[in-house]
Amino acid sequence: MTNDALLFGLSGVLSSSAPILFGVLGETINEKAGVSNLAMNGMILLSAMGGFAASLATGSLGLGFLAGAAIGAAVALVVAFASITLKQSQVAVGYVLAMLCRDLAYFLGNPIMGMPGPRLTLSPIPGLSSIPVFGTLLFRHDVVTYSSFLLIFLSWFYMERTKPGIMLKGLGENPRAAYVRGANVNRLRYLYTIAGGAIAGLAGPIYSLSVKAGWKGTISGLDGIGWIILSITIFGGWRPFRAAIGAYFFSLLQWMGLVLQPLMPNVPSQVLQVAPFPLMILTLLLVNIGNAEWVERSLSHLPESVRRDIAKVLTALNATPPAALGQPFEKDE
Amino acid sequence: MTIELRNISKHFGALKANDSISLTVPPGCIQGILGENGAGKSTLMKIFSGFLKPDSGEIVFDGKSLKIDSPDDAIRLGIGMLHQDPLDFPPFRVIDDFIVGSPGGIVPDRRKALADFNTLSKQFGFSLSAEVRVGSLTVGERQQLEILRLLWLGAKVLILDEPTTGISQAQKEILFATLKTLADQGMTVFFVSHKLEDVEALCTKAAVLRQGALVGSMDRPFDKAALVRMMFGREVELASKSSIAPGKKVLTIKTGSVDSIRLRIKDVNLQVRAGEIIGIAGMEGSGQDLFLRACGGLVEPSGGQFCLDESETPMNGKTYHDYMRQGVTYLPAARLEKGLVPGMSLAEHFTLSVKPKSAFIDKKAAVALSNERIAAFNIKGRPDSPVESLSGGNQQRTLLSLLPEIASLILVEHPTRGLDIESTIYIWGKLKERCTAGTAILFISSDLDEILRYSDKVLVFFAGKVTPLIASESLNVQKLGELIGGVGWDALEANNNA
Ligand SMILES: Nc1ncnc2c1ncn2[C@@H]1O[C@H](COP(=O)(O)OP(=O)(O)OP(=O)(O)O)[C@@H](O)[C@H]1O
Ligand SMILES: [Mg+2]
Repeated sequence: MTNDALLFGLSGVLSSSAPILFGVLGETINEKAGVSNLAMNGMILLSAMGGFAASLATGSLGLGFLAGAAIGAAVALVVAFASITLKQSQVAVGYVLAMLCRDLAYFLGNPIMGMPGPRLTLSPIPGLSSIPVFGTLLFRHDVVTYSSFLLIFLSWFYMERTKPGIMLKGLGENPRAAYVRGANVNRLRYLYTIAGGAIAGLAGPIYSLSVKAGWKGTISGLDGIGWIILSITIFGGWRPFRAAIGAYFFSLLQWMGLVLQPLMPNVPSQVLQVAPFPLMILTLLLVNIGNAEWVERSLSHLPESVRRDIAKVLTALNATPPAALGQPFEKDE
Repeated sequence: MTIELRNISKHFGALKANDSISLTVPPGCIQGILGENGAGKSTLMKIFSGFLKPDSGEIVFDGKSLKIDSPDDAIRLGIGMLHQDPLDFPPFRVIDDFIVGSPGGIVPDRRKALADFNTLSKQFGFSLSAEVRVGSLTVGERQQLEILRLLWLGAKVLILDEPTTGISQAQKEILFATLKTLADQGMTVFFVSHKLEDVEALCTKAAVLRQGALVGSMDRPFDKAALVRMMFGREVELASKSSIAPGKKVLTIKTGSVDSIRLRIKDVNLQVRAGEIIGIAGMEGSGQDLFLRACGGLVEPSGGQFCLDESETPMNGKTYHDYMRQGVTYLPAARLEKGLVPGMSLAEHFTLSVKPKSAFIDKKAAVALSNERIAAFNIKGRPDSPVESLSGGNQQRTLLSLLPEIASLILVEHPTRGLDIESTIYIWGKLKERCTAGTAILFISSDLDEILRYSDKVLVFFAGKVTPLIASESLNVQKLGELIGGVGWDALEANNNA
């Protein structure tokens, strides 16, 4: 493989991660607030189809993305209503919605299946894009890929550095405590579920207008991506930068599957296609190893300073879900 | 600002938790709220801070009736409340927890918050680090954090629901001095406590609740005996001290050491005999809780030998279940987080605590068992009450009522934290009964009186260092307070070597 091919490949990994990032970060936001939106898979299919249809009908890419976000927000609203207001199981509601949206996407998308449509073009950043290596890697993408870089940073900044962001995390950790500190828990949960849904909903049109442009119904190859997004959210430990690493890592594994295939003719192609999944699970295990008591115990034999440093790294690595994830909040009456 | 609570009523089901309570508090007053467990103190305070909605009644500031529908409304009026059980965010870093809910712009000024936090923390002699996780703190330290946060917010009305259970004598003095200064500047303080000494040291007025009703109030100087009579409707006598001749060895520790990420405890030598009560004192977070958990097999000791009974084989490396089989029981401090299961009823707790006869639950037997335990431990609740609906003191009674019938060693953190005087005496009566039957007790307490009154021997922790066992007769509150603050250890060590 030439250097150029490698560079283009990696650059492709970055851009094909864009929809995954939107999905993962959107989901991270609503899970931080305590609501998990398991409708993700169907929602992305529906917003991919809807976004493509909208931009086909209007000729406007912007409206296509807007439609995708609106579909995401609408599905999230259903999840929010069922789980926050009706206090139903988020798992049950999300799962049913995932199925429903998927079928709806295939059904409603039938008339536009396979039609040629608008597609986002690359916008290399003048100047920066001619830097050797990095130019190709980072600055020859379309707007959505740039936005995905920005989104990682913005969501990190929001959750770690702003007061409403810290409160957002509080909603999912201990809603009663958040309530006592002045938060209107259920209203904020609505807000963040819908916001998370809108962001994740953008993943659809990012596929259908950019990464895998067009709508090809069941052979679009999008079915399943929502479930992967949900698992990367967990892998990401509900933290934006780690989630980003997870998303890139997954795209990288997928790309390597494609690249390695011709080099390893003896390995059945399915193996390489599925390999990213067990690899993700393995990484998840490794990352969370600091939780195990035996690790902490064996650390105690090390000298004080070393022990502290290692403990710090392990604490930083390990991820626990928001403590009140999936639990409805009820005021004491 | 004059605060009036007018005819506040609140019931839970058939239970009247607050029955038309009216209370007028003048500006700058430190108002003590007294009453037995389940009297309705927390309920009244939660209503005042917007956490609970009253059935009827109004809250009036300077003659103006206020609408307090949520904690948010209360915060805007400058009402801040320290809840009896910590309401915070365990996975957060201390500084983030400190910042959540503070007013001001979207991006907090972290550097200023951190500086303020450290100044305040130093002022009170708290050793809280801003970067550790809240969940790694002890319950007492979490209370300290919350007190600092409320003071930092600059509340105009400060409600403290049993704030002194997790702080040392010296820290308490500083806290009281601060509260008095703030009150002189016009802040109103509501101070809920079971400790008459604290109320006496701090409050300008005291009101007493019993069974949801206001039964009396008193201004400084207080007549303690009269307050007790109001609280319980009768005289309450303190138990006299009685020791039981120590029996066979129950726990022997030789050069024991225990490690955590925060702390290292080294060279503990200790022998506990049947019937003995050993009190463990120390500032919150000095390693007592870690040590106690090591004695119960919940934490693996990092060195030395931990032996149970007369046996010479160390239990190191064994699990809590192995310890349990040998008759060791451990009762944690964070009762709602670790000891009880929120959402489960009393009957369910009791049923799980006894050895099942079959895999199926006999509903009738369960209710009978619950009624028996509820009566035996004087718990205010019904078999079907979920544990989180009990008052703090009744949760503690429940926890103690779950102790197994047979135990050789009971390890307990803060056995009477949050209990009223009568219940404290009652619980210690129950514990002493156990001792007579040959059980040894190791308990942690931040209440020096409790340690001196009930223990035969005392162990003091300071930053991971441990004293040898000290006979409690040779101590008094002042001496013990000094040891807890790290003073007088040299003399002790010299004595020990001599
Ligand atoms: N959410 C609730 N649901 C049902 N009953 C409740 C609830 N909260 C409190 N109660 C009941 O109301 C009564 C008063 O409780 P409260 O917590 O106000 O007592 P307290 O005076 O603070 O007692 P303690 O000293 O033990 O903290 C108790 O009998 C308690 O069981
Ligand atoms: Mg209370």
